[in-house]
Amino acid sequence: MSRKKKNSTNFLAYPFIIWSTLFIVIPLLIVLFFAFTVKNPNGSYMFSIENFNKLFKEEYMNVFKRSLWLAFLSTFWCLILGYPVAYFISKMKPSKGSIMILLFIVPMWMNFLLRTYAWMPILGKNGFINNILGYFNLGPYQFLYNDTAVILGMIYNFLPFMILPIYTVLTKMDTSLLNAASDLGANRFQVFKKIVLPLSMPGIISGITMVFMPAVSTFVISRLLGGGQYMLLGNLIEQQFTNVGDWNFGSAISVFMMIIILISMAIMSKFDSADSKEGGGQLW
Amino acid sequence: MKKIKQILALCSSFLLLSSSLAGCSSKGKENNGEQRVLNVFNYGDYIDEDLIEKFEKETGIKVIYDTYETNEIMYQKVKSNPGVYDILFPSDYMIEKMIKEDMLEKLDFNNIPNYQYIGDQYKNLVYDPNNEYSVPYMWGTIGIIYNADNIKDTIDSWNDLWNEKYSGDILMFDSIRDTLAISLARKGYSINSTNQKEIEEAANELIKQKPLVQAYIMDEVKEKMVNGEANFATVYSGDAIYIQQDAPDINFKYVVPKEGSNIWFDAMVIPKGAANKKEAEEFINFLSDPENAKQNVEYIGYSTPNVAAYELLDEEMQSNETAYPSEDILKKCEIYRDLGENIKLYDDAWLNVKMK
Amino acid sequence: MVKKLENFIKRFYLLLIFIFLYTPIISLMVFSFNESKTMGNWSGFTFKWYKELFNNSRIMEALFYTVLIALISSIIATIIGTLAAIGINKMKGSKKALLLNINYLPVLNPDIVTGISLMSLFIFIRPLINIDFGFITMLLAHITFDIPYVILAVLPKLRQLPDNVEEAALDLGATPSYTLRKIILPQIKPGIISGLLIAFTMSIDDFVISFFTTGPGVTNLSIEIYSMARRGIKPEINALSTLMFITVLCLLLIANRKEFISRGDKIEKN
Repeated sequence: MSRKKKNSTNFLAYPFIIWSTLFIVIPLLIVLFFAFTVKNPNGSYMFSIENFNKLFKEEYMNVFKRSLWLAFLSTFWCLILGYPVAYFISKMKPSKGSIMILLFIVPMWMNFLLRTYAWMPILGKNGFINNILGYFNLGPYQFLYNDTAVILGMIYNFLPFMILPIYTVLTKMDTSLLNAASDLGANRFQVFKKIVLPLSMPGIISGITMVFMPAVSTFVISRLLGGGQYMLLGNLIEQQFTNVGDWNFGSAISVFMMIIILISMAIMSKFDSADSKEGGGQLW
Repeated sequence: MKKIKQILALCSSFLLLSSSLAGCSSKGKENNGEQRVLNVFNYGDYIDEDLIEKFEKETGIKVIYDTYETNEIMYQKVKSNPGVYDILFPSDYMIEKMIKEDMLEKLDFNNIPNYQYIGDQYKNLVYDPNNEYSVPYMWGTIGIIYNADNIKDTIDSWNDLWNEKYSGDILMFDSIRDTLAISLARKGYSINSTNQKEIEEAANELIKQKPLVQAYIMDEVKEKMVNGEANFATVYSGDAIYIQQDAPDINFKYVVPKEGSNIWFDAMVIPKGAANKKEAEEFINFLSDPENAKQNVEYIGYSTPNVAAYELLDEEMQSNETAYPSEDILKKCEIYRDLGENIKLYDDAWLNVKMK
Repeated sequence: MVKKLENFIKRFYLLLIFIFLYTPIISLMVFSFNESKTMGNWSGFTFKWYKELFNNSRIMEALFYTVLIALISSIIATIIGTLAAIGINKMKGSKKALLLNINYLPVLNPDIVTGISLMSLFIFIRPLINIDFGFITMLLAHITFDIPYVILAVLPKLRQLPDNVEEAALDLGATPSYTLRKIILPQIKPGIISGLLIAFTMSIDDFVISFFTTGPGVTNLSIEIYSMARRGIKPEINALSTLMFITVLCLLLIANRKEFISRGDKIEKN
């Protein structure tokens, strides 16, 4: 019986396996190659861990710390703000709910650079908000160019990616479970805490993945809304590949970042429901 | 049964993959004898599109026009995959780099008779000393633009950007070379310095300036100045003209500081291995025709190296000091050199400035 | 009474988030009618940018490629990704962990690393398969970074399925393909659609990866817009975004109306 189950749908993953081998694994090997080599003056490559040595200097570690911290905060707020949205929409009638969800996605189809530019006339010192505050003799406040603005920008950019997976899990949640629980005397908070929340964990994990990972490596947001005041990982890597032309160091930074993030995800997935079928072990 | 299914699955995925890889021909490769083609790679919005149509009509050559955001990513793309584009519009230091790395074709100036209209002061420049590889397209300077309605003091020095009086009111470049160049020039050093001590000193000065700076920005500077978000900004002369034209009711003044600054050139080059070299040279010639150059300059708004075109411009543009500063100002401006490996010194210094 | 307050809070919260998401959209829509070229500096109402937009064949061409590539890549990615998610869900242990981590890589890497490594791949592969940069390479790149998002969207729905549904169906005599089509797929449909939407969204707005994997003559909106930034983003882009937004909004409303109409018919029949 278990043999039947194992073989029946395994092969469905083959197209993905072939695709990912070609388009994800091989490029990864290319990146690894660059990370572990240095360029000789005559253009050839030589094995070296010099790139990683350089990476462990204090300045670069600070960049890492800052990027991870900002990404963590952004993910946290996306979760706090996004979960209620997903929850409320999932309670609506399906047709209305799907329209609402689409309304959350559609802003993301406008070009990102343009949308971020569009924040400037709103948040600027002579912007819309400050003009309104001016009527009450308040301000003008500097809303841009600080950590808050960057986090706001990240939330703005990533919130729909948190909402969507949680929403899909919350819809069609087995209501008989909820009814049984309240029949047995649980109040609404207990029902939420003990049943809804754990059951929506897969959606939450997906949401966190889709927000945290890109948040660590983003750079446009910090460049535009942070006033270029500090470097994040994304800026650093982009600079190495373009301005400095040092693909080796850039690749080394990327590889190190990959390892850190995958480890963080592995730690986090331990919080995944203990009773889930195949367990949460993503890494080991 | 199961084995067959697995094999089928594997086969169909292979088929899907190979069929999507096979049989592809992108537009605009070589001419197939009939239709002449030209693959252009340029900054976005850096040409009057009407000129492209005019060129196509006059010569029958089909123009495929792609755009890039910065010199650097253009370089990465062209270096990795040469021979795709026929003409590029890099900046001075990038041209020098590409010549060093043997990435450019020498131009056949017999096909570019309009080269005669380029002013002598724009020839034999340091990045292409023998005029073999490039024809200048646009040029400009770097300087300070400030709101003269709000600022009544005389502004003529980079030091003014370090003045505590203007704290929070200053926008600086977010660019390794441009920002460090300003700090180097302020201290009297060359903007192409490879002396580690000088670079470190420049970086330290920038760190000292940091509390006064509202933000380090690039392209959005135009929006910010027009909206009155700050009174001072470091800008390219072309952007200064843009700002002045877009907010004519505000008195924006542009000044190239007395310590000296950067003068930049964007020029037309043909990368090595270009399939349509002759067509590219025709295009270069076309753009250097005085009438066409004049039309282009009027659209783009930057400064032209084409003296014949300059003569055709109206008085107002000719005497615009932002676009055409005086000789003695230009004498104090340096062109960027390719720094080669020494860019890493700048890179480290810049990281220092950002992270303190 | 409490119920009413609750409903009010719910609606108010959703409204706040909506305002947050849509403020810049409204802003850029408003400035598409602005006489001045810069955003924020209102100097008069005009339609001229809309006129210029329709004369600008370059932007229209970019729009065409953007939508085309986004559609094709998201559909293919959804197919591959859904099948993959189902397959991965069945796996256990280290093989599953390995696949999942490989899957994460395009999400996790900065665009420039993915872009440059894919460009290197296509060049590297030249001796075997001579592939010119252009539509196909850009499409392949888009599919590659779309698939992980699809998998991430479908997996939670799969894990929500009761363990033994498939087994039960097989025991009752259904073939595996029947089980897949009639039982599993319908149950995870929200996840599939969600994956399709996210993949489409990622494709529509991609710049760096598209830039490095495309060829002459094939461009997309993001490339055009980012390349324009140095010179100043032309308000035609604002006009275009406004039109795109209104189009999508109308489509949504029409879809919604159809729902109401068909339900109205049902009620009438009863």
